[in-house]
Amino acid sequence: MSMKILHPGLMATIQDLGRYGSQKYGVIVSGAMDIVSLRIANRLVGNDEKEAGIEITLYGTKIEFQEDHLIAITGGDLQATIDGNPVAMWRPIFIQKGSILHFTSAIKGCRAYLAIAGGLAIPEKMGSRSTYLRAKIGGYEGRTLQKDDVLQTRDISKTNEMFIKKMQSLTEPLSWSVNYSAFFSFKKTQTIRILPGSEYERFDTNSQQHLLQKPYTVTMNADRMGYQLKGNKLQLTEEFNLLSEGVTFGTIQVPTNGQPIILMADRQTTGGYPKIAQVISADLPKLAQMQPTNQILFELTSIEKAEQALLKRERKLYELSIGIRLKTL
Amino acid sequence: MSNLRKINMRSLGDSAIVIEFGDDINPLIHDKVIQLIKIIEQDPFEGFIEAVPSYTNVTIYYDFVTVYKAFSNKNNQTISKIVSAFIENYLHKLTIDAKLEHRTIDIPVIYGGKFGPDLEEVATHNAISSEEVVKIHSSKEYLVYMIGFAPGFPFLGGMDEAIAIPRKNTPRPAIPSGSVGIAGKQTGIYPFETPGGWQIIGQTPLELFLPNMSPPTRLQSGDKIRFVPITQEEYEHYKEEHQ
Repeated sequence: MSMKILHPGLMATIQDLGRYGSQKYGVIVSGAMDIVSLRIANRLVGNDEKEAGIEITLYGTKIEFQEDHLIAITGGDLQATIDGNPVAMWRPIFIQKGSILHFTSAIKGCRAYLAIAGGLAIPEKMGSRSTYLRAKIGGYEGRTLQKDDVLQTRDISKTNEMFIKKMQSLTEPLSWSVNYSAFFSFKKTQTIRILPGSEYERFDTNSQQHLLQKPYTVTMNADRMGYQLKGNKLQLTEEFNLLSEGVTFGTIQVPTNGQPIILMADRQTTGGYPKIAQVISADLPKLAQMQPTNQILFELTSIEKAEQALLKRERKLYELSIGIRLKTL
Repeated sequence: MSNLRKINMRSLGDSAIVIEFGDDINPLIHDKVIQLIKIIEQDPFEGFIEAVPSYTNVTIYYDFVTVYKAFSNKNNQTISKIVSAFIENYLHKLTIDAKLEHRTIDIPVIYGGKFGPDLEEVATHNAISSEEVVKIHSSKEYLVYMIGFAPGFPFLGGMDEAIAIPRKNTPRPAIPSGSVGIAGKQTGIYPFETPGGWQIIGQTPLELFLPNMSPPTRLQSGDKIRFVPITQEEYEHYKEEHQ
């Protein structure tokens, strides 16, 4: 079972939920930028949600399927087509041998996720299949996908098989798809909730207010490592010497130029800039789907609300996984 | 432990907690960092993901869902509070005068020439000879405070200020992997070929990042290292041996 990359597009990499446990060695976490979409895509084909999929950025990626496969596409709407015909997202798709899947261009969001029943036959490195470009490990030979790469899939599980049988038995096209609006909105201006960062109090009152009252624009320097933002300058009350220390997904650092950077999936393990805020976990997928020129309105929240939002999301994902099972068995 | 008062705990969002033991670069503070990580790793709480050391603190990453499923209670305590309580229990197990075992690792370095193009500059800047720079650099023991910036990159402490020098005004586009350099009062080793502004005084034939080994790095936080000068012949020999 295999598929061939006909065109890599802007950037396509293999990602799972991340490489944890080795940050103390300087090994970054990586993983899908939008983990909710990857988890849902995996569920839709009967995979474990930790399975690796392909993260496709903005446009251009073209894949030829060399066998029949059960796949699902989630995340940003990159106007995918199969042999030129628009294809529905957020549902299982039975794709036939010889078909070509093309992600034409993004009309909503920034990153699409492709899951394949059985998962990709990629060896785990330090507990993950995620691509770590700098160290050249994980994913497909530690790099972005290139023209003529052939990806193999692993043997399908009993669950995958049930999903496939169900799809093959359908006499009419599938009528349902996941209601993604329960998890996402793809708007050009997004409210992103934050908690105060470790050095929040070190910023002057004006800066603290600007962060919460003025929009910040995602610049062209926005990639898997981090989003450089542009907006009102954020300044410390006084300069001070900060030692490098652990950071995480969504940490908002402010370098000396006063323009904030949000650390994303491929962030370094440690950082030495003052941290004004931290994006709450529940809002990271929404952030991961933002494009350059989109605007962010930061809203200060509490740890209680941050945890409630995350719990609500996990409950919805759980209900969704049951719903998918019922529809596919 | 008696001076828990000096320890400060803060959350890093809703997925990590930082335990701060002080605010300066000091081997005694760092011993506590290493000790706490050992205590937690020996007996991790359910939902613990990993602990990352820095100069003065430990960042503990946890999986919200796992902690919630295992420990959420009816007191409406936040998961962050529940994890903080676990950490306080670990902190009580810290001992002030515990003798920490530090591994000492020798790092062979060929100094100067094409391997250390900035050795002369470091000497001139500090008004000493190149030989003295090498002697000073290789006579000290350095503590690995943390690994960060890149996989296997050690943040070292303990360099003699007699060989300090500012970074280069214009960074080099590519510094070879294994390069040993000085930037300000710090010395370090580049595990990968990268652009950089450090003053390069030598090169080690050893690989620092070992992705097929466990652990995947030659050096770990809490190790002590010594730089051992080697000849070109020994350098080639090392290279052959480790390929």
